[in-house]
Amino acid sequence: MRGRAVALGLRIAQTLPVLFGVVLISFLLTRALPGDPAAYFAGVMADAESIEATRVKLGLDKSLPEQFAIYVGDLFRGDLGRSVGTGRPVLTDLAERLPASLELTLSALLLSCLIAVPLGVWAAVRQGSWVDHLCRVLVTAGVSLPTFFTGVLLIYVFYYLLGWAPSPLGRLDFIYLPPPQVTGFYLIDSLLAGDAETFFAALRQLALPAATLALFTLAPIARMTRAAMLTALSSDYIRTARAAGLTPRKVLYGYAFRNALLPVVTTLGMVFSFVLGANVLVEKVFAWPGIGSYAVEALVASDYAAVQGFVLAMAVLFVILNLLIDLSYALIDPRIGFAGK
Amino acid sequence: MTSPTRRTFLKTGAASAALLPFLKVLPASAQASETLVVVSGETINSLDLHRVGTNRASYQVAVNCYDRLVTFGRKQMPSGEMSFDYSVLEPELAESWEISDDGLTITFTIKPEAKFWDGTPVTAEDVKWSFDRAVSVGGFPTVQMKAGGLNRPEQFAALEDGRFQITLDFPSKLALPDLAVPVPFVINSKVAIANATEDDPWAMEYLHTTPAGSGAFKVARWDQGQQLVYERNDDWTGGPLPAVQRVIVREVPSQATRRALIERGDVQMSFGIPDRDAAELADELTVHSTPIANCIHCVALNTIFEPFRDPDVRKAIAYAIPYEAIFQTAAYGRGKPLWGGETEISDIAWPRAFPYATDIDKAKEHMAASGFPDGFEVPLSISLGLASWMEPTALLIQEALAPLGIAVTLEKIPGANWRTAALVEKTLPMHLENFGGWLDTPDYYFFWAYQKDRLFNSSNYYNEEVETLTNETLHMPTDHPDYAPKLKRMFEIAIEDLPRIPLYQPALNVAMNGAAGYEFWFHRQLDARPLTRAST
Repeated sequence: MRGRAVALGLRIAQTLPVLFGVVLISFLLTRALPGDPAAYFAGVMADAESIEATRVKLGLDKSLPEQFAIYVGDLFRGDLGRSVGTGRPVLTDLAERLPASLELTLSALLLSCLIAVPLGVWAAVRQGSWVDHLCRVLVTAGVSLPTFFTGVLLIYVFYYLLGWAPSPLGRLDFIYLPPPQVTGFYLIDSLLAGDAETFFAALRQLALPAATLALFTLAPIARMTRAAMLTALSSDYIRTARAAGLTPRKVLYGYAFRNALLPVVTTLGMVFSFVLGANVLVEKVFAWPGIGSYAVEALVASDYAAVQGFVLAMAVLFVILNLLIDLSYALIDPRIGFAGK
Repeated sequence: MTSPTRRTFLKTGAASAALLPFLKVLPASAQASETLVVVSGETINSLDLHRVGTNRASYQVAVNCYDRLVTFGRKQMPSGEMSFDYSVLEPELAESWEISDDGLTITFTIKPEAKFWDGTPVTAEDVKWSFDRAVSVGGFPTVQMKAGGLNRPEQFAALEDGRFQITLDFPSKLALPDLAVPVPFVINSKVAIANATEDDPWAMEYLHTTPAGSGAFKVARWDQGQQLVYERNDDWTGGPLPAVQRVIVREVPSQATRRALIERGDVQMSFGIPDRDAAELADELTVHSTPIANCIHCVALNTIFEPFRDPDVRKAIAYAIPYEAIFQTAAYGRGKPLWGGETEISDIAWPRAFPYATDIDKAKEHMAASGFPDGFEVPLSISLGLASWMEPTALLIQEALAPLGIAVTLEKIPGANWRTAALVEKTLPMHLENFGGWLDTPDYYFFWAYQKDRLFNSSNYYNEEVETLTNETLHMPTDHPDYAPKLKRMFEIAIEDLPRIPLYQPALNVAMNGAAGYEFWFHRQLDARPLTRAST
């Protein structure tokens, strides 16, 4: 047990150089971007003099190493800097927007897993049947339809034509107050506050964007599940298990599925990290105040602190995610252990 | 439930006045008559216009939540729509004002009944503090104040009799109108000073999120990146009390989503819709498309590029541009054509149609007469941030210049880079430009776009006569006998020299479904004060 803790500690220690690299690279890359934030933020009518004054105000007149030293020093004090665009500490912005993105992404992934995994398993078991074809159609559609198109289409059908969905106006319709912040997830916070009405309001707002994103993420998961199940089902141990007379249920879920789960979890991790950054289009279509649109706006304005803060937050998130996935491997497959390394 | 919940807290009333609308679902009727929902694609990033980095969409807070000393009048345009009237100044916080005979001092009497939201009276000290702030903080506000001849705090004085006085260095017709633009808004200086710190003497930090004004609306709620909720100030003295109790400005980045919302009628107003939507929605909804005052979409020919120093080349291009096709494709016919005007300059209207129209034979003649009869290669630069009109325009120009032997390559520049390349460094040989001036006089446009080294003179244009004439006319009263002749001469030179070839005057499009009372203002932002609910 102690060996495992040490291994875990080592594994976490490995992430530190990664994080430092991210800090350095994001700093350098933002500076290398074309575009002059001083000219941008000095406003429409600015002359050379006021652009220069803005540059001094933003601290951009200092040398690069000096700026970097200040940035790292601030980071150690837990200060991610201040976004010029929003005029607030980057940390506050991220704390407000990250939960919105996470709530959307996680519900979409949950939804897509609930559909994709059983579908993939079923398609593998009944290879060539209509289920398999349905799986193929869904996968192809999911891959080939861009999210902004699916989003607009869903709005058109369910909001504009049928009127079933609420106005696509972000996380809550304007007649509701956001629940008191605990986790930042409206669904959880409203339940914690015992407020069923706000919970359902938030859920209704979430339905369409989550469905859009789910359709998009469904494809890789369903495909990977199907492929992994096919490999598992045709392997020797399944033949042995069948020959030993185990029930089909036991064979399918106890042996085949458990072994097929490993690549699926890997894919899930990849999809998650990919989607969190890529759902900016869905956020735009549904006016979702998430981190993706924040990052894009910051990037357009060359808002250095905000871009760096976003990259760093994403890096930390990915590091944690990879850690969790590594740990879950050990749970799924007992042969993988940290102590053994 | 042991701890008080949000709802019980609200019901007990403490903060309920401002937050009442969010109590569950309002009765449909009450909601309809009192609340107006506006969607916009832009984000409001600050409640303080004077802050560095405050974007255009945020100027509306200065308009709706703060008062200025004066405001412009309103007029009905020939189209029947309402617009601001640059020629008339009306009181907002000031009851009256006097201009000294030499035109150097302006003395304002402030309305005695004018009160800030906290109930304290608006005093000359508040005005002085606010104006001092605008000329001291640098950046956009300071530049805009300079346009009216307002440069230093010493120019502003709170007189002992409670009046407020401005002393100008020279008489200027722009001084008073410049007080009606959003920048010189009056802040409750007592509140601001109480929240200022040594590092932050102008309370930038505090006013960024907490306005302290006397305007028609208070900010009831601001969720950055999502919505801004205005709540009417029932004690407003700056003008007629707004008809609606509450205006919710919701940010919806996707244009398709905004369109679905306004068409369904779930929101009453969609602000700043694209030309295409305006053209398509005009039949089913009320769509206002107002040509933006003193704004021109044009092709700029940079004199640093050798062939563009040749007047025949510039004229050849002016005759080759497919104006009508551009107006229909890029602007969907919204706005005002600025080509095919009369050769004789009989009035001083601006923006005005230049006497060029698509005529490929004339274009070829000029090209043959120029120093570049075989043509040349030139990049045409556009901003990706303004691609919706620039891209189709550029493609049409590219196509039209090919027969002249001018090989045009499109160069797309990212939005963040555009200002630096086009306006600050002025290195783009041929590009599209969209400057519009807040102060609606031709000389003001010339000041920014035709004078040497000015920000929007992206063509590096220099003409000694234009320099002199612009300096002479800029502060000259419009009824001065020399004013019109001098302007006509400036137009003549601009038409002859063509550093900028006007294409059309763009429109600001606003769609309404269940709202009325819209007025166009030069600042191109939402003025929520005149809006009403219409019963459709």
